[in-house]
Amino acid sequence: MNGIHDMGGMEGFGPVQPEPNEPPFHSKWEARCLAMNRVMSYAKVWNIDKSRAAIEQLPPLAYLGMTYYEKWAFRLEKLLLEYRLVDADEIAAGRALRPGKELPRKLPAADVPKALTRGSYSRPAHAPARFKAGDRVRTRNIHPHTHTRLPRYARGRVGVIECVRGHHVFPDSVAIGLGENPQWLYTVLFESRELWGESADPTSKVSIEAWEPYLEAAT
Amino acid sequence: MGDHDHHDRRHEHGSELSETQLRVRALETILTEKGYVDPAALDAIIEAYETRIGPHNGAKVVAKAWVDPSFKQALLKDATAAIGTIGFASRVGDHLVAVENTPKQHNMIVCTLCSCYPWEVMGLPPTWYKSAPYRSRTVIDPRGVLADFGVTLPADTEIRVWDSTAETRFMVLPMRPEGTEGWNEDRLATLVSRDSMIGTQLARRPDESAS
Repeated sequence: MNGIHDMGGMEGFGPVQPEPNEPPFHSKWEARCLAMNRVMSYAKVWNIDKSRAAIEQLPPLAYLGMTYYEKWAFRLEKLLLEYRLVDADEIAAGRALRPGKELPRKLPAADVPKALTRGSYSRPAHAPARFKAGDRVRTRNIHPHTHTRLPRYARGRVGVIECVRGHHVFPDSVAIGLGENPQWLYTVLFESRELWGESADPTSKVSIEAWEPYLEAAT
Repeated sequence: MGDHDHHDRRHEHGSELSETQLRVRALETILTEKGYVDPAALDAIIEAYETRIGPHNGAKVVAKAWVDPSFKQALLKDATAAIGTIGFASRVGDHLVAVENTPKQHNMIVCTLCSCYPWEVMGLPPTWYKSAPYRSRTVIDPRGVLADFGVTLPADTEIRVWDSTAETRFMVLPMRPEGTEGWNEDRLATLVSRDSMIGTQLARRPDESAS
């Protein structure tokens, strides 16, 4: 969806403000929030794109007004309710009112080390990649109302395939319950002027990672 | 580590922070009572990110690449596999890509759509990496963003921005500073800041302090 989360190329947010010697967490609740999100995503009830999509559905003013971990807390509540793992009256009461449901898997403390390694998103391919390194492609001008990983600034633009990354789970499908629908994934490189016009810095280039359904051949 | 967010001043005196704190605390109670979450697992995850999983891991990788040409070659070819050979606390997940800075090309990593970041080699992303200013401007004005970090690159250095729109994760292999001939890996690793592996800083020079 064309949401506020799709920030590439926007202006007016001010300078980047690095914080010297920033700690991993600024408060205890941030750490608990992160860890709960990790444990519940390990349970495999939902997937990473479903969880990104949950945050993208925040109204713009709410999105901009929340810190990173506030968004994570919001997302966890939203997904727990959506998948009926927790009920609204329990959130209101602040305690469990009925027993939990079966989860596909649970994370005991002893298994934490192995749960901190990311899984693979690569899947077997049944058809060859349509493009190869060096091919010119145009990104499609798509505006789905659901989750996509093709940023607005890079739609309808001509770039060059730099690398074939493999055959990966397709976010646009898996986020809306249509299965993993794996697709070829490419690194596509754009000249800055193709993205930002004549006033762009001619010495910069930008690449995105793009699945094959985002691309068509360009001459 | 206090319960006041000093990076988020609007919450310092308001009730909003305590509301989020209460909600998160209530969630933990509910999830624990329902048997979904083992609080000891939460402790172990937090402990891992506070101690073992951080930019010191990435710094070791960079330092090794600076002294070992065959490792560097392997790293640039397949970072996941190469890092798997040097014994991390845990295996690094698939799809990690290392990109090399040279006098001709400087690399920067961003995620314009959320905050994708190579956690396993660099730990949790800093707040600025997840912020709207960084996510919005890096793709359109990378030199302006570098200026926010006090970095000015030669006009003829090409800047390559990598937008992490998939599960591919990127880390920058910064250039080895001059004046470090003969340094061993441990000493070199002290020059490799987190930001130099994101591409918003260069590796420290020997005369710069490690603060």
